[in-house]
Amino acid sequence: MASALINVPKKAKRGDTIEIKTLMSHIMETGYRHTAAGQVVPRDIITSFTCRFNGAEIFRADLFPATAANPFITFFTVATESGKFDFEWIGDNGFAETASASITVE
Amino acid sequence: MKSAGTIVAMALLIAAGIALSPLAATGIPQNERRSGYTFMSPDTQAIQDDDTANPGMLWALDGEGLWKRKVGAAGKACADCHDDARSSMKGVAARYPAFDKALGRPVNLEQRINLCRARHQDASPLAYESRDLLALAAFVAEQSRGAAIAPDATPELEPFVTKGRDFFMRRQGQLNLGCTNCHDDNWDKHLAGSAVTQALPTGYPIYRLEWQSLGSLQRRLRNCITGMRAQNYDFGAPELVELELYLMSRAQGMPIETPAVRP
Amino acid sequence: MRKSLGSTRRRFLGLAGSAAAIGVVPVVSLRPAAATPETMTAAIRNVVGGAVVQTGKVKLDIPPLVENGNTVPMTVSVTSPMTPTDYVKSIHVFNEKNPQPNMGNFYLGPRAGRAQISTRVRLADSQKIIAIARLSDGSFWSVSADVVVTLAACTEEVM
Repeated sequence: MASALINVPKKAKRGDTIEIKTLMSHIMETGYRHTAAGQVVPRDIITSFTCRFNGAEIFRADLFPATAANPFITFFTVATESGKFDFEWIGDNGFAETASASITVE
Repeated sequence: MKSAGTIVAMALLIAAGIALSPLAATGIPQNERRSGYTFMSPDTQAIQDDDTANPGMLWALDGEGLWKRKVGAAGKACADCHDDARSSMKGVAARYPAFDKALGRPVNLEQRINLCRARHQDASPLAYESRDLLALAAFVAEQSRGAAIAPDATPELEPFVTKGRDFFMRRQGQLNLGCTNCHDDNWDKHLAGSAVTQALPTGYPIYRLEWQSLGSLQRRLRNCITGMRAQNYDFGAPELVELELYLMSRAQGMPIETPAVRP
Repeated sequence: MRKSLGSTRRRFLGLAGSAAAIGVVPVVSLRPAAATPETMTAAIRNVVGGAVVQTGKVKLDIPPLVENGNTVPMTVSVTSPMTPTDYVKSIHVFNEKNPQPNMGNFYLGPRAGRAQISTRVRLADSQKIIAIARLSDGSFWSVSADVVVTLAACTEEVM
């Protein structure tokens, strides 16, 4: 089942600044909603998103209940060499998802 | 504004649509029909325009996986009968709800999926608004993206279109409102800060920002009926399918946008 | 035909009940205790400490009138050469009326190439949003934007 949509250019020139777009499936339950019976719906969110390139962290984000459901995060990085991006989402209730994408840098 | 060529193309499509389905009348002049997309802010439109930013695509991708998964006592996948959905499902969603001979009434896309599961996969039906059913519906309907909405031409459908239209026109509920009062008479105005729109379901199932989830046309209709303070209907109720049928005939000729994003 | 308020409530709970049978959680979003400008100030102080926050360098792209407060596209960008000696370390976004003042922390670095992030946030009410950037030289820069949020009509909830 697809949980994540990643958009990374397949190719880039060395020194180019490229944009990376990520979309992850998650309800991001705020913890501030109530059922009709008056009980709090417990918080269930992604708390952290990290992107590493060839093992080194290049971007990280702390997420909060204020992040909309199905978190969409875009950021930039300079293409330095060919390799692999690893994406990781960590959250409440042991949520842990990963994805990866490769790039060829000429 | 539209080019002459586009207007001619639209007119031909609409003329063809009227020839097929004479009861598909709308209170809005044909050349004034606008998709709900055009009422949205550029920021929201941008979410729909980019497949890598559109959360609805998460469901369509799930649906692509489900399409190939063997299910039921028959151990069959959708793909086993329908092969590659990209070709076999092209244009299908554009003509739903469609008439089902065995049931003698129209069924919507979600019901068709469940009928396939029962009749050909020997599998239990997927619950309405469940993630799997929405994913399959989104995936199938996405294969019709860009295709003109073309309701089934079967004459057996006409009485059901009429019932759907009667529902649309009828005043009901605590506010004594008919759908037509807003969506035919006041679509260029706002209600509580949101644009009213013309009730033309071109992109279902949609990712509704209000739901923060993908959902079906029936879910949206139930929201409308709640807003009208009228008696609501369960998912799958014939009244809702008839209303869907009327609404799709109202939108005939307009392109499918699934998975659309709407506020 | 006017019905009593009681029957409206029953109908909503009935609706919620049938929705539950189908798998949609019957929730009501009551107005939660909101953050205040004071809690936002405290949250900002958590990040910047006692440092002075200057205005400038940061741009906050957020629609002034949002389509739906549940999903508001937002882009923050910072003017910076993004060299190994002069770059943006992190971007922090705050609000004043959501239940919590924090909206996101984004950690960049010289390899980012461009100090710009986009995401989608939730806004509970019309309010001020503040974005603060921390630069590699330890300075803080900020920008604010006022956003108007209206409630959606015709939802699952009887309001």
